[in-house]
Amino acid sequence: MAAGRSTVTAPAIEVVDLTMTYGSLRAVDGVSLEVAEGEFVGILGPNGAGKTTTLETIEGLRRPDSGTVRVLGQPVWPRNASLLPRMGVQLQASSFFERLTAREQIQTFAALYGVSSAKADEWLERVGLADKADSRVEDLSGGQAQRLSIASALVHEPEVVFLDEPTAALDPQARRNLWDLLSGINDSGRTVVLTTHYMDEAEVLCDRVAIMDAGRILRVDSPAALIRALDAPARITVAPGQLTLDEAQRLDGVDEASESPDGVVLVTRRPAAVVSRLAETDHLDGVRVQTGTLEDVFLDLTGREYRA
Amino acid sequence: MMAFKAISLAIFKGFLRDRTSVFFAVIFPLMFLVLFGGLFSDQDQAKVEMIEVGDVALFDKLPDDAQKAFDETFDVTRSDDLDAAIAKVRKGDADVAVEAKGDEIVAHYTQTEQVKAAITQGALRAFVDGANVAVSGQPPRFSLETERVEDDSLTTIQFFTPGLLGWAVAMSAAFGAAATIQGWRQSKLLRRLQLAPVSTRTVVGARVTVTIAIALGQLAIFIGLGAAAFGLTLTGSWWMSIPLLVVGTLCFMSVGLLAGAVTATVEGAVNAANFIVLPMAFLSGSFFPLDGAPGWLRTISNALPLKHLNEAMLDVMVRGEGPASALPTIGILAAFALVVTLVAARLFRWESA
Repeated sequence: MAAGRSTVTAPAIEVVDLTMTYGSLRAVDGVSLEVAEGEFVGILGPNGAGKTTTLETIEGLRRPDSGTVRVLGQPVWPRNASLLPRMGVQLQASSFFERLTAREQIQTFAALYGVSSAKADEWLERVGLADKADSRVEDLSGGQAQRLSIASALVHEPEVVFLDEPTAALDPQARRNLWDLLSGINDSGRTVVLTTHYMDEAEVLCDRVAIMDAGRILRVDSPAALIRALDAPARITVAPGQLTLDEAQRLDGVDEASESPDGVVLVTRRPAAVVSRLAETDHLDGVRVQTGTLEDVFLDLTGREYRA
Repeated sequence: MMAFKAISLAIFKGFLRDRTSVFFAVIFPLMFLVLFGGLFSDQDQAKVEMIEVGDVALFDKLPDDAQKAFDETFDVTRSDDLDAAIAKVRKGDADVAVEAKGDEIVAHYTQTEQVKAAITQGALRAFVDGANVAVSGQPPRFSLETERVEDDSLTTIQFFTPGLLGWAVAMSAAFGAAATIQGWRQSKLLRRLQLAPVSTRTVVGARVTVTIAIALGQLAIFIGLGAAAFGLTLTGSWWMSIPLLVVGTLCFMSVGLLAGAVTATVEGAVNAANFIVLPMAFLSGSFFPLDGAPGWLRTISNALPLKHLNEAMLDVMVRGEGPASALPTIGILAAFALVVTLVAARLFRWESA
């Protein structure tokens, strides 16, 4: 930590009771959120939950109807020019200058922040686009465009980075590809806030997840803690032919057993005990253990199906 | 400064690589210049089509120089059927049918084409007179030298170059502004730039600078091609067209901004700009002079900025007016730009929804 900084670090982002209204719609309804320096936080919620409005208000693009937002200790509204070079943003759409090549694109953004084109080239390399440097942005694939967009947001080495649904509209392979890139971007102590409507993404990337629905943040915690708090039973599936339904029901710790095409499904709150019993009786072949997921957490919090 | 340069360069490259924009800014107006320049440059009368019925002895024994003049004036076909020949003249398939009745030459023509009728009469009379003089063996006592005087009206290319240039600049400025504001709003690039440490002034300044550079490029291409291919000659204060085009560009950018502000999509903005610019070009005399237009039309036209730009450019580029003649127009265009920009700014929304 740099000398002179207090040991009790002020939060990188501090949102207090933020409200945004569009007509009669409360898009953001009393949101409070604190993000510590170096933390990777995800705002998770279905489309229309208010994620983007929240993020854009934190970035300083919108004037809050009520509530305050401070980033790196400074207010973001009205437009705070001294804060802008310390922030990196990737907006929901691919915000590119038309018909430029990938290199020209990132060099233009670099120039806006007074960053050299050598540095821009370096970032192009870092996100794996060196061989696409001379392709026009319109000719890049969805994943490549997102990489370029992220590189353009990071080229000036900001302290805080906002990414709005960076993997939306990508195919599963490109998404996972991008995760590798994203999981590395706060290695150097950078604070990252990302919105997503993918449960798995939030689980893999984020230190903490804020679950959002209908303009409210329902809960904020680490993915593991959220799932633990749910106290959901585990589901253990034993491959067909290993265990009869009768045997399954008599296993110690099993609350409930049923048959499915995949085999016998055991519902238990003591998965460790059940698995060790299965091991003792040599029934472990093809066993699958499913604990609660963020989706279960969401379901539990909102009482309704997750509609991504 | 670095940001200004970077944004300007980005916009300019984007323009040069957009074939549609380049086509409508440069090629399309040039097509009109070539069309008008080529269509109207050959002002010589076409030859008079003559049907020689039977044998007209006079035409066979013309002296060499008279023969040459005869060939330049008339395009002769021969026929032996007088009635058929006269029928052709009546239908307009030929201009005159000529027959010889002994020493008398009879020309049948219509007054439908008065110019050709006059040429026919004059020319035939001259040939007959010439033949008479030759037969008399006496040198002619009187002679007539004719000398053509250029009339005051402008030749086609002189008239059309400033007007078409005005139209070209109006198009590229209005479309550029409309498409940029819409496109950048759709892609959230406007928002992205708002979150970069660059001022609105820098962004707007870069866009305006590029559009002005494009307008001056259009000026150079128009003057260059006009002078090289169609004999365009500029008069003394033509350089005043530069400040005129600069302020004209601002003016039409404001129109494009307005189109971009009141529409929701790039296509809508471009269509709206088109809807404004094309009729304006017609009513501003970019394609044809408005001298013969009815009064009410000219009143409308006087409310259009392009009309004033065209007039002022005609004055300084080809009519030989002094530089001061452009100043009132510069004022009018600047005021128009200011008012429309303020209206557009009021109507502008960051979000397209």
